Amino acid sequence: MRVLVVAVIAAATAAAAAGEIAPADRRSGYDFAGPETRAMQDDDTANPGMLGVLQGETLWTAKTGAAERSCADCHGDPRTSMTGVAVRYPVFEPRLARPLDLEGRINRCRTEHQDAEPLAAESEDLLALTAFVAYQSRGLPIVVQGNAELQPFLDLGNELFHRRQGQLNLSCSQCHDDNWGKRLAGAVIPQAHPTAYPVYRLEWQSLGSLQRRLRNCMIGVRAEPYEYGAPEAIALELYLMVRARGMLIETPGVRP
Amino acid sequence: MARVLINLPAEAKRGEIIEIKTLIAHPMETGYRLGPTGVTIPRDIINRFVCTYNGEEVFRAELFPAIAANPFIAFFTVATESGEIAFSWTDDHGETQTEVRQITVE
Repeated sequence: MRVLVVAVIAAATAAAAAGEIAPADRRSGYDFAGPETRAMQDDDTANPGMLGVLQGETLWTAKTGAAERSCADCHGDPRTSMTGVAVRYPVFEPRLARPLDLEGRINRCRTEHQDAEPLAAESEDLLALTAFVAYQSRGLPIVVQGNAELQPFLDLGNELFHRRQGQLNLSCSQCHDDNWGKRLAGAVIPQAHPTAYPVYRLEWQSLGSLQRRLRNCMIGVRAEPYEYGAPEAIALELYLMVRARGMLIETPGVRP
Repeated sequence: MARVLINLPAEAKRGEIIEIKTLIAHPMETGYRLGPTGVTIPRDIINRFVCTYNGEEVFRAELFPAIAANPFIAFFTVATESGEIAFSWTDDHGETQTEVRQITVE
């Protein structure tokens, strides 16, 4: 009987170890990057993501749309109004009855308040504005929390993170929870914490969103990637942000 | 106008070796890639970078298609006197962008 109990406890511990990453073991993708890449991120004049932030600063005060209104006309000084915003996203938007990520919020602001066309996913302007807004939260901990309204989407994200998919039949969790720190070909597997988005990825030679990164991973396991803005993509973003709660925002990050 | 980040000390001692770091937004299209319709995307790179210190050239670089987007160029020079340090990037269209920064040397 005692042997059985010990075996059950051991199995439970192993499952926990392979399941979720303990808060103390959580590490940003920054810690898995090489010293040159880290140095690039640390130096604001060498970090190419800062070019996007600079562009975002220009866009912030540019009047757009039929309403002839700029972001600054409503939100004022981004250093006060946008501080601590990126750490809360995705948030639940009651009028759409679904969560919105930061890009989605910017585009909703454009259509609702500026009478402008939404910016295309992964367009330079949308990434620049997102980077500029997220940059105002650099150094602040992620505070996204599940609540009653978000719960179904959070559950979906959780389920998608653990669902095997693609021809390689792999779930996100199998790499990023169970095998982080090991190598996938030449690259170290990070823990998949979205702390630095939009990131400047050297492979892309440009800024890119979390959704682009997710699509990349899905193509990697030979699954059909979610469309930009798809409910599944937002649900995964939400799950990842809750999973990284308490970690510090680094936008704009530099990644290999 | 492309976005530019330049980092150099605002003040330096005479004879001091200073590091200058520059970053400019540019796609650096190689001319070897195919677009979505199978047509070659024409080459569009910055091919020349020059830095002058009070009109005197202190650093020059020729750039080629294997250089990544948003080229970052860092180099050293000796702070000789107060004045202007000018940076200019020339692209394949023959257009030159110039940025000027001041330095005070004591």
